[in-house]
Amino acid sequence: MSRGRRWLGDHLILAIGLLVLVYMFTPVFVVMLMSFNDPASRNSYSFDGFTLDNWRNICGPFQMCESLTTSLQIGLLATVSATLLGTLMAFAMVRHRFRGRSAANLFVFLPMATPEIVMGSSLLALFVNAGVAGILGFWTIFIAHVLFCLSFVVVTVKARLAGLDPRLEEAAMDLYADLWQTFWRVSFPLVFPGILAAALLSFSLSFDDFIITNLNAGQEVTFPMFVWGAAQRGIPPQINVIGTIMFLVAMGVVLAGELGSRRRRA
Amino acid sequence: MSAAGNLPVGLVDAPTARSQGGRRGLAGYLLLLPGALWLLLFFVVPTVTLVATSLYDPSGSLQTGYAMTGHWQNYVDSIRDYLPQIVRSLLYALTATVVCIILGYPLAYAIAFKAGRWKNLMLVAVIAPFFTSFLVRTLSWQYLLGDNEVLVSVLRALHVLGPDGHLLATPFAVVTGLSYNFLPFMVLPLYASLEKVDPRLIEAGADLYAAPFTAFRKITLPLSMPGLVAGTLLTFIPAAGDYINSELLGNPQTRMIGNEIQDLFGAGDYPTAAALSVSLMAAIVLLVFFYVRRAGTEELV
Amino acid sequence: MAEDLTLTSVTKSFGAFTAVDDLDLTVPQGSFFALLGPSGCGKTTTLRMVAGLEEPTSGTIALGDADITRLKPYRRPVNTVFQSYALFPHLTIADNVAFGLRRQGRKDVDARVTEMLELVELVELRKRRPAQLSGGQQQRVALARALINQPKVLLLDEPLGALDLKLRRQMQIELKRIQTEVGLTFVHVTHDQEEAMTMADTVAVMNEGRIEQMGAPEELYEAPATTFVANFLGQSNLVSGKVLGPDGSVLRLDVHGARIDAGTARARVTDGDVWVGVRPEKMQLSDPGEDFRDGDNVLPDGEISDVSFVGVSTQYLVRMRWGQELTAFEQNTGARRRFRVGDKVDLHWNPDHTFLLDASQDASAGAVVEDE
Repeated sequence: MSRGRRWLGDHLILAIGLLVLVYMFTPVFVVMLMSFNDPASRNSYSFDGFTLDNWRNICGPFQMCESLTTSLQIGLLATVSATLLGTLMAFAMVRHRFRGRSAANLFVFLPMATPEIVMGSSLLALFVNAGVAGILGFWTIFIAHVLFCLSFVVVTVKARLAGLDPRLEEAAMDLYADLWQTFWRVSFPLVFPGILAAALLSFSLSFDDFIITNLNAGQEVTFPMFVWGAAQRGIPPQINVIGTIMFLVAMGVVLAGELGSRRRRA
Repeated sequence: MSAAGNLPVGLVDAPTARSQGGRRGLAGYLLLLPGALWLLLFFVVPTVTLVATSLYDPSGSLQTGYAMTGHWQNYVDSIRDYLPQIVRSLLYALTATVVCIILGYPLAYAIAFKAGRWKNLMLVAVIAPFFTSFLVRTLSWQYLLGDNEVLVSVLRALHVLGPDGHLLATPFAVVTGLSYNFLPFMVLPLYASLEKVDPRLIEAGADLYAAPFTAFRKITLPLSMPGLVAGTLLTFIPAAGDYINSELLGNPQTRMIGNEIQDLFGAGDYPTAAALSVSLMAAIVLLVFFYVRRAGTEELV
Repeated sequence: MAEDLTLTSVTKSFGAFTAVDDLDLTVPQGSFFALLGPSGCGKTTTLRMVAGLEEPTSGTIALGDADITRLKPYRRPVNTVFQSYALFPHLTIADNVAFGLRRQGRKDVDARVTEMLELVELVELRKRRPAQLSGGQQQRVALARALINQPKVLLLDEPLGALDLKLRRQMQIELKRIQTEVGLTFVHVTHDQEEAMTMADTVAVMNEGRIEQMGAPEELYEAPATTFVANFLGQSNLVSGKVLGPDGSVLRLDVHGARIDAGTARARVTDGDVWVGVRPEKMQLSDPGEDFRDGDNVLPDGEISDVSFVGVSTQYLVRMRWGQELTAFEQNTGARRRFRVGDKVDLHWNPDHTFLLDASQDASAGAVVEDE
């Protein structure tokens, strides 16, 4: 094969891959762009003029910042809970023997593959039948969020844990570390990056969720719910400001983590 | 050891390392308990109550309460009434899945084999758009596909679209939105599978006279199957139940089954909504069941 | 007997598969003991049971008078050097070595760590991480990490497997020196028979979950108890023969028509059909009919089918009248001529070097390692 063709073959896939990545980022750039938009009317969704007002007056739109706070609170709570429960499950599934492993795998997988509308409906059905239809709100949303984050946490931590040489834990026990000490001094530090990634993912999923939240929110309003409502009423450009901020903060956290581990490795 | 490299590529995972299986005893059950309890209470039980709700008398409401009459005709009625939406949902989801495979496979392949030291960065790049709120991103498609914007203008100039043609409020927009949203769910499991393929296998193929594409077809593709199937399940199924893309980017003729279920719940017609949900869930369970039959459950999580 | 390691009737089964089958073993305190066998023979499983990482299906393990069979690994005064070293990647070398002492709550940790690192000559690297060390260095860290706890028994699971030849030879000598210096009981698991024979005071050869023979290396080599041991340790020529009867201090045998004598010291079987065993290096070649030494056994009418020059020796394959190919190694001292393919030769050896084995055993056992 000629050198030209080989170069093309080698780099074609990479080029396509990069193009797909650019495609994935395009809406993000649009969001950033639109955060500077000065919309001509409430219903226009095109770039009409440049302004910094949106950034100066972030909490302008009625109830937006309240919904943001709600989303952040639920996100934090759900992340901590799901990460805790999911990490425990991951350890059980990778390092311990128990009957019903197949069932466990299945039941961890199913929530990920279930359409949100179905999951939301079934939770709503539960709450209605339990007689709590009147108090849908913060805690029902919390329950729902922990539910769908749980599976993703299990999968992420499990992946990291499975890559961990079990001999390391055996070596620890051989060197007089009991089960707790083995976990705390060997397993946990080595699995931590996975747990962190799981937490990050969990927060994103929770913050972002609309369909399930919408069905189970009662009177509570989360940020995605606010955006949905705004899409009917008229979209305030500050939504894009929030979107941009979320993106930058998350990227910041990831890059900081990356740099931190690079320095530690040196 | 960075967080970036740990984002959920483990959707397709290796079976546990030690053949002995791990420690015996209560510890395993205890660790499993809280999470399992949560799943049981808020996933399994609700599914049961959903099925129960689907059998209620459809003439009830939140105010008057629901009578459990075992009214299985709910299923027949709902499927008959909403068949167009069901079929449309499956069609859109299928199209979106295919698009995801076409776009996602090269990307996953590039990250697994061609990325070198940029691998972690590229993985982060796959997840990063996630961090911008999902609805906000979908709204930005309204801009990208808008009548007055670049894309439509170009297509009109090229006569791909008629002078009055638009991209928004069409099935095309809905499918575009769907495939965009679920792309990471296709890329990551695929990447996980491809990552495990030993590049020396491909070299061996070349050594045995296989042309590059043949090597791909006969070696890489079959080995990436678990990832492909997992990605397909994680894309097709949720896409079939989505309604956001249809609502924001479509028109009344593109309504999907998700839209209908949502509206039915909003209107208080719980039995019908539940019946539709259960039907959708049953279709999924069937698909997953066939997959598990062939491949077992170890590769799922 | 003081703090001897004793395994009594230890069996380990994984479902239908029995890895260790009714094993009886005593490792005297302070000795260097090698557990030798092909992969899959159960030696690693046995080691893990002593460490506490596996629990025996039945049987007991005792250290001196104490029954440690059911004790958790962190309660046993036993430490392991793992095949893959299993160094903690997130800790420095010093912290790795100190790990065991810290878990036991010892206070004088730093001094002991320095002392141990000096013993393995790695003091300058104490602040590094395992990933930054070479294979040989990692191996020494693993050793230091285990030794520092002064266990009653130190277990080594093929610790030299990943090292290249020269380094491996060096480490063999090092380990032996350290063991003699420190006086601990070492149990070394390996599939490398040269390694076992070089380092150990006592060698136990394992096959399919059982011990075939146990004893000092020379004993196992010169007087193997089974065909497996005869073939696994070094090489053996095993020829079928029949005992005719005793004659004074020797046994008279008929081997394919030739009259062969065998000393009784190495005879496991003394009548009926037997395998007549001779090590290749004990055999010498001569021209047909040439009388070599008084009293030698002679197998006549051989033809050389292959010659390999190996530097130290020349290895000959000799095809006998009855079709079997026998191996002979002759040292290249220069005193004897070198034979060529096709030469007709007689094979000679001293009758005392003959060993007799049970004819019902498989003559190829231990010769070729099966791929499972």
